Amino acid sequence: MTGSATITGEEQAIAAAVLRSDRFRLEREADWVRLDAMVTAMEQGRLKRLADEDVLALPVLYRHLISSLSIARESSLDAGLIAYLEALTLRAYYVVYGTRTTFGGWCRSFFGGGLSRAVRAIGFDIAVAFAAMVIGAVLGFMLVEADPQWFFRLVPAQFSDVRIPGASRDALLGTLFGKQEGDGLSVFAAYLFNNNAQVAILAFALGFAFGVPTMLLLVYNTATLGAMLWVFASRGLTVEFVGWLSIHGTTELLAILLAGAAGLHIGRALGFPGRRSHLAALSQSGRTAAQVMTGVIVMLICAGLLEGFARQLVQSTEIRYAIGYGILALWLAYFFAYRPRRS
Amino acid sequence: MARAATLGRTRGTDPRLRRTLVTPEGVALDVAVASASARIGALFIDLTILFGLVLGFVLTLMLLAWAYSTTGLPAVSDGFMNFLFVLFIIGLFLARNAYFLFFELGQRAATWGKRSVGIRVASRDGGRLTAEAIIARNLLRDIEMFLPLMFMTSGGLQGTLSEFAAWSGIIWVGIFLLFPLLNKDRLRCGDLIAGTWVVDSPRSALGAVVASGVTPALAAGDDIALPADRYRFGERELSVYGEYELQMLEQVLRTANPDALETVAATICAKIGWSAPVGDEQAFLEAYYTQLRARLERGLRFGRRRADKNS
Repeated sequence: MTGSATITGEEQAIAAAVLRSDRFRLEREADWVRLDAMVTAMEQGRLKRLADEDVLALPVLYRHLISSLSIARESSLDAGLIAYLEALTLRAYYVVYGTRTTFGGWCRSFFGGGLSRAVRAIGFDIAVAFAAMVIGAVLGFMLVEADPQWFFRLVPAQFSDVRIPGASRDALLGTLFGKQEGDGLSVFAAYLFNNNAQVAILAFALGFAFGVPTMLLLVYNTATLGAMLWVFASRGLTVEFVGWLSIHGTTELLAILLAGAAGLHIGRALGFPGRRSHLAALSQSGRTAAQVMTGVIVMLICAGLLEGFARQLVQSTEIRYAIGYGILALWLAYFFAYRPRRS
Repeated sequence: MARAATLGRTRGTDPRLRRTLVTPEGVALDVAVASASARIGALFIDLTILFGLVLGFVLTLMLLAWAYSTTGLPAVSDGFMNFLFVLFIIGLFLARNAYFLFFELGQRAATWGKRSVGIRVASRDGGRLTAEAIIARNLLRDIEMFLPLMFMTSGGLQGTLSEFAAWSGIIWVGIFLLFPLLNKDRLRCGDLIAGTWVVDSPRSALGAVVASGVTPALAAGDDIALPADRYRFGERELSVYGEYELQMLEQVLRTANPDALETVAATICAKIGWSAPVGDEQAFLEAYYTQLRARLERGLRFGRRRADKNS
């Protein structure tokens, strides 16, 4: 009623208002309407079109609004007014305490330090997951050495085509060098949708169950690797096999390690929340773990590209080593040595 | 008293979904957790939009490829095509996540689907909604739904999908889809991990002052008798009603439906022993409303509340 009135009209309205609570409302209404317009503009992403004085006034208007709401709740019985103030306060609250970053801004801060910080924050879990993987590999190797029949229990049938205990050296060499079946694309696709990407994601997702399935998964998967290593080692092909594996395996195993550690981090928060509530512990660890997992996804894509293309293009063991461990060194340096100052 | 305190707060939502959120300033605000039906509706809208975008993109690519082949330029090598296809697969994955991230990182914290059903993401503890939280809740969406479905589809296409794997995939997706129904805050696993929840986005419209005593003519400068002057109610007439009736009367006055005004005026008159003001219900009710509110608010300032006529 007074929104479009002249100043004298407004003053008159305030003076004429019978109720004290209505006078309270009429005196402050202009501020609320101004804040309402600003909040609406910001919700629609037109922040840049707001005038400077409006942006500066936002926190002040927000505080005024909150005190108005508190007063209105205690002194006014105008249900429509209180509902409006409640809704406007909630909207203004979402704007004032909304996300500060844009998608692009987040990407920059994430790759420029956020990811490295998150990885360092779960250092303990990484150590545990690493121990599990080493134990698994050693276990697989020793089990198959004790009794080669273990190989068929550990290694899924799809991998043990030629690569079985007792295979000839030439047959094994053939799997390491030369063109494999399929081109880069099908290898990449099979990679992305089938084996190790699934392992990494499962290792993370199963962390919910206090991390126990994650540990089992890590041990089992590296046991397979250890068993495979024994087959090649028994024919004196250790160096070549490790080279073949390293070119993408360093990235991939590191990704699985990080995914498992992220899962363990969540499982550990769930099992031992400390002084926090379970939900608070879960959400706190979940945010860290999610950042690590975003990094894992990037690493898995890199590993897929390396497996699909680089492994077949590069046939020399020395260069395979150089690429594999060069990339590993880059990852490690990025995660642990790269510490830009927090902005 | 408890009832009086809830008066004037959010109405029309399921009481089981109503929550209080305390802002960092210490003010308690009412929020309503988004219902499961709104969530699933938003998801379907988002999936439809994503599917439409992908379809449009693929069709554009096919059109380009067709245009390229008709121009008779040298054919592209297989290796290069493979490379493009791999980029396409990665691009799909990133685009799907970017869609959710981009919109939920915006000021409205809602995708198109969420916006259209009027819900948004918010931080559960009342603090700032961080980018990490958005990442976490969307990453889990992939694990909950997209990845198992993709593994199953690709396994099915390659013929490596065992019956066991198919069933476990279906159960996996089913558990995660039903998860919001199994807790009171309708949290998805991603919300649980990220410390977020999905709430109704507030809408606000400021109604005019009810019965301000100011008529448009007065605002323009003329001097007319105020409605309150024509009807004077004593203590006995005003003491029959409480806050609940006052706010019902406010609603009636805001809607200003003539039939309702007549009925309400007749009811009040019967209650206080007056004769009905035929033809002048609006002025009568405004006067009664103003004086009743003045009386109740005076009591409020002295710490005396009256929830309704029975208290």
